[in-house]
Amino acid sequence: MSRELIVVLLISPLVGFLINGLFGKFLKGNEKLSGGIGTLAVLVSFICAIVAFAGVQGGAVLEGDAGVLYEWIAGEGFTFNIGFHVDALTTVMLLVITGVGFLIHVYSIGYMHGDAGYTRYFAYLNLFVFAMLVLVLGNNYLMMFVGWEGVGLCSYLLIGFWYERQSATDAGKKAFIVNRIGDFGFLLGMFTLFAAFGSLDFTAIFGAAEADTFQKVFGGSTLVIATLLLFVGAVGKSAQMPLYVWLPDAMEGPTPVSALIHAATMVTAGVYMIARSAVLYELAHTGQVVAWVGVLTAFFAATIALTQNDIKRILAYSTVSQLGYMFVGVGVGAYASGVFHLMTHAFFKGLMFLAAGSVMHAMANELDMRKMGGLKAKMPITHWTFLIGALAIAGFPFLSGFWSKDEILHSAWGSHPAIYVIGLITAFLTAFYMFRLIFVTFYGQSRVASAVASHVHESPPVMWVPLVILAIPSAIIGLLLGWGGHGSAFHHFTESVFKAAKEIGNGAHGEAAGSAVPFMIISAIVGLVGIGFAWMRYSKRTPAAQPGTALHKLVANKYYIDEVYNAVFVQPIKNVSHYLLWRVVDTGIIDGIVNGVAVAIRIIGGTLRRLQTGVVQAYIVSMVVGIVIFLAYYLFIS
Amino acid sequence: MLLSIVIFLPLLGVVAIALLRGIGASAVKGIAMAVALLTFLISLGLYTGFDATTAEMQFQESHAWISGLGTRYDIGIDGISLWLVLLTTFLTPVCILAAWNSVEKGLSGFMMSLLALETGMLGVFCATDLFLFFVFWESMLIPMYFLIGIWGGERRIYATVKFVLYTMAGSALMLVGILYLYFQNDNSFALLPLYEKAGTFTHANLLFLAFFIAFAIKVPLFPFHTWLPDAHVEAPTVGSVILAGVLLKMGTYGIVRFCLPLFPDAAATYTPLIVTLAVIGIIYGALVAMVQPDLKKLVAYSSVSHLGFVVLGLFTRHHAGIQGGVLQMINHGLSTGALFLLVGMIYERRHSRMIVDFGGVAKSMPIFATIFMITTLSSIGLPGLNGFVGEFMILLGSFHGGAFSKVYVVLAATGVILAAVYMLWMFQRVMFGTPNKINAALPDLNTRELVVLFPVLLFIVWIGVYPKPFLSRMEKSVNVVVTKVQQETAPAMGHTKIKEVPRYARVDINKEAETK
Repeated sequence: MSRELIVVLLISPLVGFLINGLFGKFLKGNEKLSGGIGTLAVLVSFICAIVAFAGVQGGAVLEGDAGVLYEWIAGEGFTFNIGFHVDALTTVMLLVITGVGFLIHVYSIGYMHGDAGYTRYFAYLNLFVFAMLVLVLGNNYLMMFVGWEGVGLCSYLLIGFWYERQSATDAGKKAFIVNRIGDFGFLLGMFTLFAAFGSLDFTAIFGAAEADTFQKVFGGSTLVIATLLLFVGAVGKSAQMPLYVWLPDAMEGPTPVSALIHAATMVTAGVYMIARSAVLYELAHTGQVVAWVGVLTAFFAATIALTQNDIKRILAYSTVSQLGYMFVGVGVGAYASGVFHLMTHAFFKGLMFLAAGSVMHAMANELDMRKMGGLKAKMPITHWTFLIGALAIAGFPFLSGFWSKDEILHSAWGSHPAIYVIGLITAFLTAFYMFRLIFVTFYGQSRVASAVASHVHESPPVMWVPLVILAIPSAIIGLLLGWGGHGSAFHHFTESVFKAAKEIGNGAHGEAAGSAVPFMIISAIVGLVGIGFAWMRYSKRTPAAQPGTALHKLVANKYYIDEVYNAVFVQPIKNVSHYLLWRVVDTGIIDGIVNGVAVAIRIIGGTLRRLQTGVVQAYIVSMVVGIVIFLAYYLFIS
Repeated sequence: MLLSIVIFLPLLGVVAIALLRGIGASAVKGIAMAVALLTFLISLGLYTGFDATTAEMQFQESHAWISGLGTRYDIGIDGISLWLVLLTTFLTPVCILAAWNSVEKGLSGFMMSLLALETGMLGVFCATDLFLFFVFWESMLIPMYFLIGIWGGERRIYATVKFVLYTMAGSALMLVGILYLYFQNDNSFALLPLYEKAGTFTHANLLFLAFFIAFAIKVPLFPFHTWLPDAHVEAPTVGSVILAGVLLKMGTYGIVRFCLPLFPDAAATYTPLIVTLAVIGIIYGALVAMVQPDLKKLVAYSSVSHLGFVVLGLFTRHHAGIQGGVLQMINHGLSTGALFLLVGMIYERRHSRMIVDFGGVAKSMPIFATIFMITTLSSIGLPGLNGFVGEFMILLGSFHGGAFSKVYVVLAATGVILAAVYMLWMFQRVMFGTPNKINAALPDLNTRELVVLFPVLLFIVWIGVYPKPFLSRMEKSVNVVVTKVQQETAPAMGHTKIKEVPRYARVDINKEAETK
């Protein structure tokens, strides 16, 4: 694998962005051209990614000096390069980003048809793919951070894509700021790493960490502090507790964006980061923290998903929940399993978002599933593909989610039974809320408003073909790559990446202990029971318009977390800044002193001026008085 | 000779405009623009001819001046002043073009002030004689006084008097310091011999403070900052651009040129205090910027925050920190300069700077909105644009240098979050939403305005993606400063050695000196 291949892979979407971004004016009105350029750019990257994947299969890994492109920031005692690190883990991410990304670009050609910002949309989407590629290709933490913030920017731009809407721009701003809180942690984590290792390169850091030849800036807890700070970044980017609040709001963006950025790729960056840093997390034993945050988020978000009626929001909370599973995976040392779930999730969640977009497309942008029902007949392809996605996430036997989720749960059991139990309960909730959505939306009586009902139709081929293509891996990729659990093809492929971490962690995790079959059977039963409950409850009835019990109300209002944040952080900071800092401290005290000095000088000057009366007698009198005082002083006192 | 030409060519333009009175507005603009562009082109010779492998002063000139006073016309530049010279020669033509149609009365006076200001600023960055430095430092106040006082807004007199008096209060202290140094320097104002004597001055602490307070006012460092919002709000657009772009840098330049290398012990003594003020400035400036209703005031307070970062970097005693601080001077000049240009452009259309008056501007002015977005991102330090490189180096140096507690770094890094808050909130209120009738009718940028902004954007991206030409040329000169502030504690160091150094060794040495 050559560095040139990776450069082409990386630059192609950037070129697409520049063409659509700079010359959008000339492309305006020609949707085919701007959409085509954007899609083609990602297709080129996808083809390069396949070549790179094949290269890795053959054992070619791009790392170290061979991957360095140029020296970015350097000076006496510090060098940060722009360079690539391409191994099995990277190529998995590359294939997901460019593969799912390509399909979503194709889908967008149809979905965004007629939008005034069509060119701008494709420019942003290409820029996103570029930034995401920077994130996974970098051979050091700083370059990862460049991509990390870059995808955050694109997320901001795309959430607020329809900028006339206040709610959309609010959501974009919130996403950016909450992510910045996470990035603040990431930044400090990088500083800690640099202080300890004198470098931010992966190979240098992991090598020195294993050999224990680094500066203990914080004594024995150096790595603990570094890994936890990096994890703060992951919590922000991957929407875990307590920083998950931006992701549900991010649904204000166009639906393909939700599929690509807020389900399949960007939000998984945190999982990728931890998998990449596996050695550090093993040495620091901070995986437990990661796993607990993950499993609690998974459960918490799933409970909220139970009560929502907006189909995109259900999918959003579901994403938060599934990301939690991935963190459980990488937290308990089952790195390959976590990344495997990342991949299967990219397929089935991307699929479901696109299918939801197809529903919106048919329903004049309606999102409230209480106003749907019985769509199965009118939108058969959307229904079937959505159903496959839902079965996959619910852990229906032999579909993709069944394999990846089960591997994680199995490993969790070996780490801490409580994590397993909470994870299992969450699996039940997942099956239930997902099929609540399916039954209410696609089955039962139609509750579609009559004005809309006549327009409900299946989406055009440019939209449904990507659905069908995504449905295939959602269904079978688990069987193909996941068969055999920890000895599966996927594990085999990524083995070399996690080898060092596995050796360090050996004994700490009991993941491979025992047969996986009993776990699979339990998981399958739990998933099926969840589906069954949903069928009993919702196949005939619609959700109540208003929440009944107090608990229901609490959950339906998302535990009032947004309101709490607003009351505890946002408003006080605003008020203190405005009234105390600006009005009192700045204008009142500091500037008051400055102006006070000026006024005092003017008053003193004004007073002293009066002495200059111009009356000669007065001057003589004061002169005489002065002489008398001087004489008196010298004669009598000294 | 080259350096003198660059410094005084603008003054020649002033003379030309003065002599050719009554030649008409377009001729005045033409002359000013031609002179400024020529100055810039000639100054590129400084870049191409610059030797990055040495820390010595380059393009040196030395002529007898007022021999009775012991002062000479000594000029020269190193890798730090090079960039500030280029920033000045770059921003001046940009400003002239930006002011093309906005000056209604006294155009020739305006252009003369601008060009005279350029000479003053360039002189400050090139002088290697303290007396000469002081002359340029003070002379540059006069054209600025006119720019704000004549072509400013409603409260221009208050603002300009406050600006001038505040600065002069600081300069008076500095003058005393300069004189005291003169007597400790064999009755000479020459700067370079002073570097040899660094650390041996009597009353070094007082001398340090005399210089530092003058520079702190100029920066402005919290709590000396209240002249800045007033000056910015009242100044005409190009006044704000020059003020933010170059004038504030004279403060931070002074710190790195005089305070640190001449009085390293005193600098170490006062580091905790100064760094505290810098960090307060970062957070305080950001929080107050957040609640400003006036666009220009918001950008002004954001400058207080950004320059807090620069000061923090300069006191890190670490290569990355100081180099980052110097780079961030350039970055702030570019991005805040561009922000003031943009605010000026929309003010010319809307005759308001109040955020509430806007909304939905992205609809009517999409190109403007795009450029504003890029500049905003540069200002909040998005990787890939210039601001990030500087901020990252400053924070890295602060964390790694060990000159002060890591708590400061954590607090300073919250500025990264706050910057996103106040800039994006402002951007949302101005650009997004549905425009009302007036805002919907605003015309987008014209060609002249694009020509004004494009070069600035070019550098914003360039420094962000490939800062090497900038960093490599300042590296040697920064190393000299670092060696001075670290001297005796350790040789020029890699990252591991620094930890072995007692943290406050400087302070102890200083105490010893005092007890003797």
